[in-house]
Amino acid sequence: MPGIWIIAEHKEGRFKKITFELLSLGKKIKEKNKEEICTLLLGSNIENLTPQLGPYGAEKVFLLEDEILKDYTNESYTRLIVDLARTHNPSILLGGATAQGKDLLPRVAARLNTGLASDCVNVEIQDDGLLRITRPVYAGKVLMEVVIPDSKPQMAAVRPNIVEVLPRDDSQKAEVIKCKPDMRKDDLKSLLKEVLKGESKKIDITEADIIVSGGRGMKARENFKILEELADAFGEGTAVGASRAAVDSDFAPHDIQVGQTGKVVNPTLYIACGISGSIQHLAGMSTSKYIVAINKDPDAPIFQKADYGIVGDLFEVVPLLTGEVKKLKAEG
Amino acid sequence: MNIVVCIKQVPDTETRIELNSDSSGIVTEGIKWVMNPYDEYAVEEALKIKEKFGGKVTVVSMGPERTIEAIRTALAMGADEGILLNDPAFENSDSLTTALVLSKVLSQMEFDVILTGKQAVDLDSSQVYAGLAEFLDLPYVSVIVGMELFPDVKKAIAKRETEGGEKEIIEVSLPAIFACQKGLNTPRYASLPGIMKAKKKEIKKLGLPDLCLNPEHVGKTGSRSKTRKYFFPPQRKAGIKIEGEIPEATAKLVELLRGEAKII
Ligand SMILES: Cc1cc2nc3c(=O)[nH]c(=O)nc-3n(C[C@H](O)[C@H](O)[C@H](O)COP(=O)(O)OP(=O)(O)OC[C@H]3O[C@@H](n4cnc5c(N)ncnc54)[C@H](O)[C@@H]3O)c2cc1C
Ligand SMILES: Nc1ncnc2c1ncn2[C@@H]1O[C@H](COP(=O)(O)O)[C@@H](O)[C@H]1O
Repeated sequence: MPGIWIIAEHKEGRFKKITFELLSLGKKIKEKNKEEICTLLLGSNIENLTPQLGPYGAEKVFLLEDEILKDYTNESYTRLIVDLARTHNPSILLGGATAQGKDLLPRVAARLNTGLASDCVNVEIQDDGLLRITRPVYAGKVLMEVVIPDSKPQMAAVRPNIVEVLPRDDSQKAEVIKCKPDMRKDDLKSLLKEVLKGESKKIDITEADIIVSGGRGMKARENFKILEELADAFGEGTAVGASRAAVDSDFAPHDIQVGQTGKVVNPTLYIACGISGSIQHLAGMSTSKYIVAINKDPDAPIFQKADYGIVGDLFEVVPLLTGEVKKLKAEG
Repeated sequence: MNIVVCIKQVPDTETRIELNSDSSGIVTEGIKWVMNPYDEYAVEEALKIKEKFGGKVTVVSMGPERTIEAIRTALAMGADEGILLNDPAFENSDSLTTALVLSKVLSQMEFDVILTGKQAVDLDSSQVYAGLAEFLDLPYVSVIVGMELFPDVKKAIAKRETEGGEKEIIEVSLPAIFACQKGLNTPRYASLPGIMKAKKKEIKKLGLPDLCLNPEHVGKTGSRSKTRKYFFPPQRKAGIKIEGEIPEATAKLVELLRGEAKII
């Protein structure tokens, strides 16, 4: 039985947005190849999540529930996913280019001896059933088109925020197939011992829809507060980011660094404050839908990439901007 | 401790990239080639392990002849030996095939730890270490920002970066593979004596026959994912610089974000 398989991702009892994005992509693929959309859901105490998948397009859910799967490890998850894939031979297997997906998918692909396209920004199905996959290479300077013609499943790790989530249809239900994982801790060579929580942030920058980002021009850690305030004014789905210069100067933590050695982000709106626009920074944010630059240097390269720019002192512009956004939001 | 570091030579990220005439690849002339920046963290970590526990650091790279320079850089930093896997048949290998080639030489070696970068900044695959892990049947921890070895119990603890500033502490049995992320350490510069010494260190060269590989299983033919073409992304055009006094400009910006961009 072929199929379009999707690896669901969840955390603390909630699906990550990428799960619904992948299901929406699955629906587009299905329009052409007519195959069944199956979701793989692994974890412990997650059965209550399954009803959310049908409305977004899942027809089947393989539910692998066990205490041992509470903590993700590439070893345990690979074993179970590969076993299922070997039994059912899906033609396509999609996951997110997230921290977990990037760790897991390469190992699944290697064991299934198939091709995987990492960090994809576009996935389309052709009439011949092959996925035509586009992914950025050379720090985003070039795009590459890949196909996986000779092996199954065709695998892709899809960047978050690339696919628009299609509206849910609550009349749709998925059939849930429970699989009993047969695995013991002693069989495993790797074990998650502990998770160190970060500073509590509302949302990771890779999932944010709007990012307010600061660079060396912020001058000090305290000053990031004005970016937080702007982010708060925009409301839910907004995160604060930073350039490497800001991170290296200890104005901001490394996990919010945007760029080649940081995170690749894909928001609808990226506001660069006191960021010059180096190649390595652009590598992380140039696919943003809208870029706004606030910089006091009219010749800063960031203006070459920005849809809208204001030449001025960020310490003047940002608070004013926060005020304007609040005003608009209040008007509704 | 025997430590193997896999390194790749890549274009310096500042380098301008041009496509060749049939868009099947990039123009390789005129490029400044460097060791993949993440692999520098791997080399540094290997040297630190050696300083603490003793042992040997071997650097392995698959690539064209010029890759010798990247290997020399690692030797100048302090690695002991280098191996270059070089054969025209290896060209255009995808990640899994690259891992296959690397695994052939690794399976002939003794090692406790294999270190790689978290990604090669040319094709940004982040896959080679996973392929290696499969071919060699080893565990791996990716995107590590910390590690500690316990050789007497053949274990290691690694700190792995995930999302939202969260880190996972993972225990693995040795031998194991670790894919290094920025933050793990600060790579040292090669010293002048180091550079002099590196010139005398041995770099072994191995090709297809030495690795008992079938030419069908490597290079473009052996690869599962096939690159059809390269192309430039649509250039972002410089947009509007909003003129005027700051308060007016800011108000205008918000208007544009709402009107044109439909944000807010
Ligand atoms: C291998 C490698 C990897 C790298 N990876 C990354 C990466 O992942 N991410 C990244 O960001 N960088 C990365 N870099 C670094 C990159 O080259 C730049 O050094 C960095 O992006 C510069 O950060 P910046 O724009 O904040 O600082 P700068 O380039 O110093 O720019 C600061 C800007 O702020 C403006 N400014 C100053 N004061 C004000 C004010 N009051 N109001 C308004 N504007 C003001 C200035 O006009 C200037 O344009 C990498 C470099 C290398 C070599
Ligand atoms: N050709 C190669 N030779 C040796 N090591 C490599 C090669 N390609 C990739 N690697 C290693 O695998 C890591 C991840 O690379 P990649 O999977 O290509 O993004 C790199 O940082 C290197 O450590």
